[in-house]
Amino acid sequence: MADIEFRHISKCYPDGSEALVDFNLAVADGELMVLVGPSGCGKSTSLRLLAGLDTPSSGELLLGDRRINDLSPRQRKLAMVFQNYALYPHMSVYANLAFPLKMAGLSRAAIKHRVQDVAGVLELGEFLKRKPGQLSGGQRQRVAMGRALVREPHAFLLDEPLSNLDAKLRVQIRSEIAALQRRLHATMIYVTHDQVEAMTLGARVAVLHQGRLQQVGVPQALYDRPANLFVAGFIGSPGMNLFPARVRSGRDGLILQCEGFALPVPEDAATQQLLAPHAGEAVWVGVRPEGLALGSSVAAGPVASISAIEVLGYERLVYLDASWAPEQRLCARVGMQAPLQSGEMVGIEIDCSALHLFHQKGQAIAHWTLPPAGYIP
Amino acid sequence: MVSIWRACAYLLLLAAALLFFAPAAFMLIGSLKPDAQVLAEAGRLQAFLPGDISLQNYHDVFVRVAFGRYLGNSLFITVCVVVFGLLVNALAGYALARLEWRGRRLLLAAILAILIIPLEAIAVPLFYELSLLGWRDSYLVQIAPFIANAFSVYLFYSFFLGLPREFEDAARIDGAGSLRIFFYIIVPNSRPAFATVAILTFLTQWSAFLWPLLVTSSERVRPLPLAIANFYTLPPLQWGDIFAFGSMMVAPVLMVFLLLQRWFVRGIAATGLKD
Repeated sequence: MADIEFRHISKCYPDGSEALVDFNLAVADGELMVLVGPSGCGKSTSLRLLAGLDTPSSGELLLGDRRINDLSPRQRKLAMVFQNYALYPHMSVYANLAFPLKMAGLSRAAIKHRVQDVAGVLELGEFLKRKPGQLSGGQRQRVAMGRALVREPHAFLLDEPLSNLDAKLRVQIRSEIAALQRRLHATMIYVTHDQVEAMTLGARVAVLHQGRLQQVGVPQALYDRPANLFVAGFIGSPGMNLFPARVRSGRDGLILQCEGFALPVPEDAATQQLLAPHAGEAVWVGVRPEGLALGSSVAAGPVASISAIEVLGYERLVYLDASWAPEQRLCARVGMQAPLQSGEMVGIEIDCSALHLFHQKGQAIAHWTLPPAGYIP
Repeated sequence: MVSIWRACAYLLLLAAALLFFAPAAFMLIGSLKPDAQVLAEAGRLQAFLPGDISLQNYHDVFVRVAFGRYLGNSLFITVCVVVFGLLVNALAGYALARLEWRGRRLLLAAILAILIIPLEAIAVPLFYELSLLGWRDSYLVQIAPFIANAFSVYLFYSFFLGLPREFEDAARIDGAGSLRIFFYIIVPNSRPAFATVAILTFLTQWSAFLWPLLVTSSERVRPLPLAIANFYTLPPLQWGDIFAFGSMMVAPVLMVFLLLQRWFVRGIAATGLKD
């Protein structure tokens, strides 16, 4: 296995569209890195560039300490699993697994030995004579993994490998892949559009949007300290609630003036100093669904009307329309106890111990925690 | 009401099928009857009923002309054109559909333009060109000009465009080069296209008349269509013999069609030629 680096990689197509812009990412030897983002964000392009199926417009691709831009896919020795598996339909499972070895010029005996090894690991032994068309989705997925494993590659590239499976199977195979990666200590780049998959699978997660890397980090860091509005909205299910405010000087220092109410800012010198340059500026305030609570009092503080309630069994997601959050429908994660009805007006309690502040252009200004405090009249 | 309409439709279809089948049946049955009987029954229903059946006419054909020689010539020429044609045109179609190279679009446009030029339009200049090469009255002159075929290239091209690219991507990552991808992955998954081109090329080549007439002069290399034309004018005029000749000439075409029919129908549907 080897470490991988994307160094200032850009990919422009002849029609002028940019799939990747100055993409920098280092994946350590034996690491499972997840690339996540909405469709068209450049995550699959980055895998294709790495695999040698496409050439970057500029930048360097490094495998170990070797530049691989000019190597053929074969010379790169990377294995890839495709979204629709791309199993050769005319070949048996055995022939599919044997194909990369045959291309590498291994002897018949060596091929048989390796194929049977991998078939054993992935429990494919009884299907070796079948054609891909005679297998279930989960079995095909395992054959695709097997075809990658059998080559003993430098790294595994997985392009949305679970998106064709049903939800239950997806969870099962996801944990199988993670276990396999740990067991083999394999360098693995895993592409997905599903942020839940990214959060549960990745040692580190890289978020992409419109061809640009937004943030790289461990899942909890992305959740707790999103680098910008896109990451805040994309990571987490549902995403972060965002509403506009203005940084203003109050009696005891700076406050966040929202429409109809104000939120306190920690009084410590560091935070005050950090926000001071933004005094008077319009900003976005972010709070996770678990940071919104529904109160009975509509007299003081912000209010909203309930537009929809999703019952998850152990908790409810309550969607709220509020005049102070005109851009976005808010979402609160609440327990099952209190009776709630659509259309009802409720008071909103914002947990000020976990607020996020973003610049109008999207970059994060601060993430802070402070003891819960009341609203400033 | 619906069933009456359906019955009418079936009757109409049956009548049409009989109409198309009748000449072939007349030829096949006539080839088994004595000449006098063929003439006497022409235009009557008896022509389609077996009467005094024998293989005498077939025997006569072999006695009167070198049928075996012509059959061998036709088979050799046609098989060569089909086999080399499949290889050359499929490779060209693949290069146009999948590989990136300078001038690809221009060549594709040229191939589309060539599609509409009939052989009759270029027969004379082609004849001069090949005469200069000294190829006249040979197998080569009947094979070489027909191996590369614009229609076949285009058919392969459009079929390959429809194949999922992931197979090739996967094979490339598995370590295969373009040629190996073509032979290991593309060819086995393109049987409908290969069957379609094989049948269409076989039919065209098997019934080629004008070109062999222009470029050949000896029995040694002449194919069946020229031979049957001569056979008509060979006295005495024997309809039974002519039918036997015709039946033997059609048999290989039927065999090829029956062999590849399963893929042919899919090929026609898959390439969008049928609408």
